[in-house]
Amino acid sequence: MAKSLNKGAGKTREPLFHIVKRPTIPLWKSWVIRIIAILAAFLVCGIVTYLLVQRNPLDMYASMFRGSLGSKRKLWKLAKDMAVLLCISLAITPAFRMKFWNIGAEGQVLVGCLATTACLFYLGGKVPDAILIALMLVTALLAGAVWGVIPALFKAKWKTNETLFTLMMNYVATYLVAFFLLTWTPDGSSTLGRIEGVGMLPVLFGNSYVLIILVVAILTVAMYIYLNYTKHGYEISVVGESENTARYIGISVPKVIIRTMILSGALCGLAGFLIVGGLDRTIYTESVGGQGFTAIMVSWLAKFDPIVMILTSFLLIFLDQGAAQVAQDFNMSDAFPSIITGIILFFIIGCEFFINYKVVFRSAKKEVKE
Amino acid sequence: MKKFLSLALIAAMLLSCVVLFGSCDPVDDGKTDDEFKLGVICLHDEDSTYDLNFINGVKEAQKALGLRDDQIIIKRNIPESNACYEAALDLVDEGCDVIFANSFGHETHILQAAKEKPEVQFCHATGTMAHTEKLSNFHNAFASIYEGRYLAGVAAGMKLNQMIEDGKITAEQAKMGYVGAFTYAEVISGYTSFYLGAKSVCPSVTMDVQFTGSWYDENAERSTANALINKGCVLISQHADSMGAPTACEDKGIPNISYNGSTQAHCPNTFIVSSRINWAPYFQYICTQAMKGEAIATDWTGTIATGSVVLTDVNTAVAAPGTVEAIAQITEELKNGTRHVFATANFTVEEKTLTTYMADVDTDAAFAKDTEVISNGVFYESKFRSAPYFDIQIDGITLLNTNFG
Repeated sequence: MAKSLNKGAGKTREPLFHIVKRPTIPLWKSWVIRIIAILAAFLVCGIVTYLLVQRNPLDMYASMFRGSLGSKRKLWKLAKDMAVLLCISLAITPAFRMKFWNIGAEGQVLVGCLATTACLFYLGGKVPDAILIALMLVTALLAGAVWGVIPALFKAKWKTNETLFTLMMNYVATYLVAFFLLTWTPDGSSTLGRIEGVGMLPVLFGNSYVLIILVVAILTVAMYIYLNYTKHGYEISVVGESENTARYIGISVPKVIIRTMILSGALCGLAGFLIVGGLDRTIYTESVGGQGFTAIMVSWLAKFDPIVMILTSFLLIFLDQGAAQVAQDFNMSDAFPSIITGIILFFIIGCEFFINYKVVFRSAKKEVKE
Repeated sequence: MKKFLSLALIAAMLLSCVVLFGSCDPVDDGKTDDEFKLGVICLHDEDSTYDLNFINGVKEAQKALGLRDDQIIIKRNIPESNACYEAALDLVDEGCDVIFANSFGHETHILQAAKEKPEVQFCHATGTMAHTEKLSNFHNAFASIYEGRYLAGVAAGMKLNQMIEDGKITAEQAKMGYVGAFTYAEVISGYTSFYLGAKSVCPSVTMDVQFTGSWYDENAERSTANALINKGCVLISQHADSMGAPTACEDKGIPNISYNGSTQAHCPNTFIVSSRINWAPYFQYICTQAMKGEAIATDWTGTIATGSVVLTDVNTAVAAPGTVEAIAQITEELKNGTRHVFATANFTVEEKTLTTYMADVDTDAAFAKDTEVISNGVFYESKFRSAPYFDIQIDGITLLNTNFG
């Protein structure tokens, strides 16, 4: 021991391992890492299941798959839930590419829901359905855009912090909904039932979910093209990389921020229109149910690539429906399945670290030097 | 090899068929009791006292009827949206014969499912639409919990009398505090019956009500209870689902009447009694009717007599002497109809006795007051539909705020 101390006295002591950023990694290698991570997650979940609830882990995985893929109805539900989540994720992506941390999607979708419901409530039966639906859509887009552009204006003009601003706009939206519910239900129940028979969205191929899925599919492709092959998309990327560079090459940064947040907010409004018009037909303060935040994870996990987001939104909805099925089959509260989804997400997010960085051990590094 | 495999498979299938048929009772019509399935949709899970009360009710009914675990499917954390409709249809796919939903906001979504699946029975707690929708497979249910609150009010009034006799307060200082969720008929009916129960034994009692604007908000309920105590309330009760108010009372040594179950374990020095709705009789009823193939009542009101309205054991260490006996006697009077909670002689509105009142019983977009509910000197609560509709502000009760949501 004394020897080794003397030996190392001259140099700085080398740690057992350190972390090095990887140069680009081949696609197959990154997928090998991901698959290993998922297998490891399943293994850990299995052990946790056995230890915590003394149930057969295989039963749990069976329930999980059954929950999302077990029947035709569940597949439709999976596709519908994916479409709504993907829509919100697509909406926030341009802002995130610009490094504008919009965590106000929850509120932007909710005001879209509110505008749609207000049209249904006040105009239902009073104007022809085609006009009503058009108004529902336009007001939802506008409401979302307004909710998105307010923080953008403040950011562009006075450099306010958009994260706090958009977050607080969520609460304003929630209380706005509570206020309108109070006005619309004088009995004090604050529960507005489904508004049926007016302003119903067209049912395609005998299933009311087809329209939503179709709209979002088109939006996904459009967003991919917009971000990767248009001038706007390029400007967003440049502003995201460096505002100074953007200014140097003549891009008006405030203009791009405002324009992008109008788009982002309007698309959130579209999600609100689809939720109320095509699904709930009513509104309550939890109409968006946290999807505005889940969307951030969908977008980020996909590295802001709209096509990859199809996969990540599938993953999150799959886990969500699977967890609900586990709770049902095991006849227990959601707490345990939430732990399981947490573990799986931890591994999946964690493995991205090992794709971007590699761990180099002491001995290995010496060899490299030699 | 292939042949052998298919033969083996066929043999296995035949064997399982034989085993299955052998285990079945002889079938005369439709499904046997063995195949019966109940599906339950809950807004939250066991962490909410409201939902826990339903889940316990299901378990009690399951035991009483001898149903197996796989005959009952519970879906937890189902929001009041399209997800509720999806959950209901998924339960249909799973083979449920009766589907029950427990939250007010579930109603229109369950109704949508009921219209699509006429062969399945749908039951909804606390709802208001079944008696006007007139679907043969959609039903509402509630309980006359106002009777339970009235009895709890009697215990409160007796405690106030004891405090007056002991010289701790004067008759004029007998003011109770009530932590309410929303200014909504269900809550108004609840606190009014509680107040009338107290008034029936302690005529000088008054009450302050303050609303939190939430069914479950522990901090708000605790601070509201503290605010009421600071305003001079000497006894507290609540209609909200957390431990906030009982905890505040225990901290300050103020007697408490809680709701949805006993809080004696946490509050041994202040808890008097608690009332709750027991849903087990209703679950038992809907399962038995469905198994017999008979119709379920469109609008069912559970009462003290059906065992749907229950009181916990009285905490004799805190309650006034004689409380248990008084509750037993008044329970009998409510059962045999010699006493009515909302007898118009017992309360005044702007110092006048009510002789007529139109209540909003039928659901419509205009919230029109459509039904005369007073006759023979009694406001008949839960008679024209199970969900409460008593929404009158009576003398003696002061609302410190209103909160409609």
